[in-house]
Amino acid sequence: MSRPEELAPPEVFYNDTESFKYTSSTRVQHIQAKMTLRALELLNLEPDTPHFILDLGCGSGLSGEILTEEGYNWVGLDISPSMLATGLDRDVEGDLFLADLGNGVPFRAGTFDAAISISAIQWLCNADTAGVDPKKRLLTFFNTLYASLKRGGKFVAQFYPMNDSQTESIMGAAKVAGFGGGLVIDDPESKRHKKYYLVLTAGMSDRQI
Amino acid sequence: MKFLTTNFVQCAVKSCHSSLTSFPLQYEECQLVQQEQDYNPEFIVHMLERLDWNAIVQVAKDLGNESLPANKPEDLDPIMEDSQAVLRDLHTLLVETQIVEGKMVCKNCGHIYYIKNSIPNFLLPPHLAN
Ligand SMILES: [Zn+2]
Repeated sequence: MSRPEELAPPEVFYNDTESFKYTSSTRVQHIQAKMTLRALELLNLEPDTPHFILDLGCGSGLSGEILTEEGYNWVGLDISPSMLATGLDRDVEGDLFLADLGNGVPFRAGTFDAAISISAIQWLCNADTAGVDPKKRLLTFFNTLYASLKRGGKFVAQFYPMNDSQTESIMGAAKVAGFGGGLVIDDPESKRHKKYYLVLTAGMSDRQI
Repeated sequence: MKFLTTNFVQCAVKSCHSSLTSFPLQYEECQLVQQEQDYNPEFIVHMLERLDWNAIVQVAKDLGNESLPANKPEDLDPIMEDSQAVLRDLHTLLVETQIVEGKMVCKNCGHIYYIKNSIPNFLLPPHLAN
């Protein structure tokens, strides 16, 4: 099977049919849930306190529903209108925004306690149309995300890098934006189950991890 | 989109971030609904310190509510009985008031962001893309 990133831009790939298929597939739901819970584990948020969380590439809100179950309030951004429409139909609790992550995160400084992203940021490495500069888009994304997080706020992103150089450009842009942190690879020996998580912190935290 | 979110969302155009007039966005022709949500006073208190109260008052005015106090409520405690009335009011305003249709206008660059079916559209036309 070819990777969706190689077929078409995300807003084209996740059209109505794909959004519905994607969201209603129990296998997809299971994998998404597992990765979201793992991302939350890596975020390591202070227990029993409220948190305002940004979900980047929220799709139809599968990860958002888990954030709600965990007691968090959230805002989700996605570039696919069909995915967001599916989210509306499912009555998710978070606010949904139609937005292109490569144009930046449109929230003022210090808005969010933390951010997550499940299976989305590898799309930023694509150059789907002429004049699109993935390097610039990655930097705009990380710079604006950094600003929108409170100092010491964490960002955990599960992603599917196509190759090592994609991982390097993603991590390079994050570093330039000021993030500290690194990569966590789960099941590194398994070609099928290997998962990449970017675990970043925006500046210094008041809280010891 | 919840009223709360109006206090955080800003114009996506990079050059507007340093402008003092760009935030908050100006709300026009908005259609509102009240949607019941679980009351979470801890969350309200958590968000209160990062709220820009002047922007809350400004956006409420755009939406036709001129009755908000000029100053941010202070010393609210989720477990105190005498904080409950204010916390309930804030919950109703911030979390239960939702904008389902309308326009958000940047007072710096003039770009209009449309809200349709509760979803704000922040896709930028090529000439404004960062
Ligand atoms: Zn603007």
